[in-house]
Amino acid sequence: MKQTVDSIRTDLLAKKTSAEEIAHEALKYAEAENPKTNAYLTFSPERALAAAKAVDQKIAAGEDPGPLAGVPIAVKDVILTRGLRTTCGSRMLETYIPPYDATAVIRIEQAGGVIIGKTNCDEFAMGSSNENSAFGPVRNPVALDRVPGGSSGGSAAVVAQGTAVLSLGSDTGGSIRQPASFCGVTGVTPTYGRVSRYGLTAFASSLDHIGPFSRTVRDSARLLQVMAGRDEMDSTSAFAPVPDYVAALDGNIKGMKIGIPKEFFDGLASDTGGVIQAAIQTLQKLGCEIREIRLPHTAYAVGCYYIICTAEASSNLARYDGVRYTRRSESAGTLQEMYRKTRDEGFGAECKRRIMLGTYVLSSGYYDAYYLKAQKVRALVAQDYAQAFEQVDAIVGPVSPFPAFKLGEKVDDPTAMYLSDIYTVTGDLAGIPCMSVPAGNTPDGLPVGLQVLANHFNETAMFRVADAFEKISTT
Amino acid sequence: MKITEQEVRRVAELANLALTEDEIVRMTQDMDGILEHMEKLKELDTSNVEPMSQVLYDSEETATLRPDVERKPLGNADALANAPVAGQGYFKVPRVIEK
Repeated sequence: MKQTVDSIRTDLLAKKTSAEEIAHEALKYAEAENPKTNAYLTFSPERALAAAKAVDQKIAAGEDPGPLAGVPIAVKDVILTRGLRTTCGSRMLETYIPPYDATAVIRIEQAGGVIIGKTNCDEFAMGSSNENSAFGPVRNPVALDRVPGGSSGGSAAVVAQGTAVLSLGSDTGGSIRQPASFCGVTGVTPTYGRVSRYGLTAFASSLDHIGPFSRTVRDSARLLQVMAGRDEMDSTSAFAPVPDYVAALDGNIKGMKIGIPKEFFDGLASDTGGVIQAAIQTLQKLGCEIREIRLPHTAYAVGCYYIICTAEASSNLARYDGVRYTRRSESAGTLQEMYRKTRDEGFGAECKRRIMLGTYVLSSGYYDAYYLKAQKVRALVAQDYAQAFEQVDAIVGPVSPFPAFKLGEKVDDPTAMYLSDIYTVTGDLAGIPCMSVPAGNTPDGLPVGLQVLANHFNETAMFRVADAFEKISTT
Repeated sequence: MKITEQEVRRVAELANLALTEDEIVRMTQDMDGILEHMEKLKELDTSNVEPMSQVLYDSEETATLRPDVERKPLGNADALANAPVAGQGYFKVPRVIEK
């Protein structure tokens, strides 16, 4: 499938095809292609065909079928879908059937979107390679011996593979942008609070976001448009009005001031760096004013991020104790044994590592030295961005220090894996919108994403830069 | 060493994780490496910095309150549908208090 939201809409309104036919074809293709990548964990043919039929009925009745009419969409398996298994990539929730839908899912279906399945991911969204899934790793469709990135590896892979037109991911420290970069697709982390987190399985609540994947910037803008806006089911969702993102995409970014953070080029592999430097030159050709800026606390961001996210994760994952969520150890006699054995059997190594780290940094005697300290450093990271956005409209740089690596290449060194999140965690800590847009390939043919960041609620500036860049680099 | 095997055992108890001896050894190494990196934060003087616990935006104090209107709750059957063991409308757990 190489359709876009707009091409599907045009075809439907011209009665060239029906939503039911598109859904049927999409499911057939996705099921046939899935063994190559293991990107889907569950397909939802009944739900998809029911949604598609509703779109066809609206069109037949002359009603507006909605902005995502008939578009096949995949949803990361940490986002709840009523009646449709949602595993979070974990043995713990292997048979969990959510009793309600996430707000993002409700809004997508109200807009005519057709959810065709749930995508593989790192367990509870913890990982940068998708190798932490209890259901096997996802393979990168661009190079099948390589990882798709993580944690939203499946969602990036299905869009790259063409087995969905759009997908939803979640991002806590880079889990949308990094797989988008590795798979050569567009991935967007909106402003914190822009999209309701209701129904997103909590990993680190002060950092978690839902965001889109697509093959074009315009399609991500369309999907965000549908999901964005206040939701009373999430008290951290923002009241700020949602502008018309697509209307602003005129391709003209002449005179925009673009910041290049010096700190984002330390430790960058040369093959990735070459693609990013070329992208900066392209922005200059488009008439942008390029300015070097400083984000002086970048080097502290990974440590800060892993203190905060593990602390929050250790609290959030306490609920998986054998009482409410499907799994209970069969060998447990006492209540205490039930808690411990269920958690030991249900969680994978990375989850345990993060629960342990989080418990440690929150424990008596260490709270001030780690957790409180990290919250203060987080304020400094956010302040770096606030000062930068006094001088520039947007910031660009790399997403990841290197392109997609081979399966198994980095699994034995968790610290090194964490450090590779260096360019993505700062945006999450500050809560600003940031995205990855394909910037080209390394000499080895591996995709590299350009990260575009903007100030709080200025998704429009971010999309405009990415869209103008995409238009010139694909023509 | 930032952390010892003994401390890891204590943290595992707090976290309600029953780690095996092999897991304890590996966990100690992994946590030590990561905690070592986290030490870097100590280089920064943060004595005059307010901690940031959440991304906050300006809005009216009562903005997050909704009208006090009755709504249909999830319901007992739906809430219990994923329970490993349920009965009489409750989640069932191993006996806690002996007679």
